[in-house]
Amino acid sequence: MAQLVGIANEQASTPLSPSKSITLRISRFNPGHDESRKFMDFAVPYENWTTVLEAILEVKKHLDHSVAVRYSCRQATCGSCGMMINGRPRLACFTKISELDSDVVTVEPMNNFPIIRDLAVKFERLFETHQKIKPYIIREDTELESDEREFLQSPKEVEQYIQFANCIKCGLCNSACPTMATDSSFVGPQALAQAYRYVADSRDKGKDSRLKIIDDSHGIWRCHFAGSCSQVCPKGVDPAMGIQLLRGYLLGFKD
Amino acid sequence: MRESTIMKIHYGTALAAVALVAVHILMRLTQGFAESLEYESVIANYRFVPYAIMLELILVLLSIHGFNGLRVILLEIRQGRTYEKAVSYGCFAAMIGLIAYGSRTIIMTNMGMI
Repeated sequence: MAQLVGIANEQASTPLSPSKSITLRISRFNPGHDESRKFMDFAVPYENWTTVLEAILEVKKHLDHSVAVRYSCRQATCGSCGMMINGRPRLACFTKISELDSDVVTVEPMNNFPIIRDLAVKFERLFETHQKIKPYIIREDTELESDEREFLQSPKEVEQYIQFANCIKCGLCNSACPTMATDSSFVGPQALAQAYRYVADSRDKGKDSRLKIIDDSHGIWRCHFAGSCSQVCPKGVDPAMGIQLLRGYLLGFKD
Repeated sequence: MRESTIMKIHYGTALAAVALVAVHILMRLTQGFAESLEYESVIANYRFVPYAIMLELILVLLSIHGFNGLRVILLEIRQGRTYEKAVSYGCFAAMIGLIAYGSRTIIMTNMGMI
């Protein structure tokens, strides 16, 4: 018991070095209770390497434990901590406070996603559209016979789609997309980029069925090529380019 | 109709309309711009059959392109099965109406009825 208290004390007494501090403005909103969003300000110490997620966790640990935030890996791999940071969709774990060059850091939930509470948003729409485009290799001979080898690809064939395989489903592209803001049925840049990822894969045989799914009145043609999806992707995926390449298939420029 | 077919028509009508409207504007510049818009000049244009055909083509191309553009904008503003059907059929009907009214003007003027 004494050991547990000791551990708890140690966790609670490890604040960040107070050499510099910023004002962290956190958007607070509980759809069940509140009529509108409000902001709460917290003075948070930080170092050059402190991320926005660490600052939020500092607030949760020492100032207000009721702040709702989703996070997991803390290394831009799980895609859980997407949020609006100073008005731009970013991963909180991948954004250092020092690089924002601002004394006030404002964090809000991602746009175009329903809010669960504070900074946590619902991902149902993103997962639905992702599943809709069949994000897996489609072919009849997926079960290999014993004397067969794996489906080999040349480096050139891999190059066609590999950057799109880096998607971590964080939702930042959907949050930045202007069409997502008005068209509740739009399939979105994340799903369209994943559709291209599989259509361009030389092992895949499901091109026609995927193109049919996205060739809809709320599908690929509703993209206005604002390009904001590509601007905000933390993994260097270029959904806007994937969408244009997919259009090439539908317009008959590509086979 | 598949959305990709509609969008192919959308892009095609835009390109064709740009080309024909460019010819139309160049024709206005063959004489003084203000002079070309005088009543007699306009009527003469309508009565010149190749030019009347070009005006008819511009009318059709811009109507198709414009009303499909309007349909797309309206579909992005609101969603819903009934609303979307109403928008699609409404835009199609308005397009037919505009083409019919414009064609009537072109044909009547060409035949000397105006």
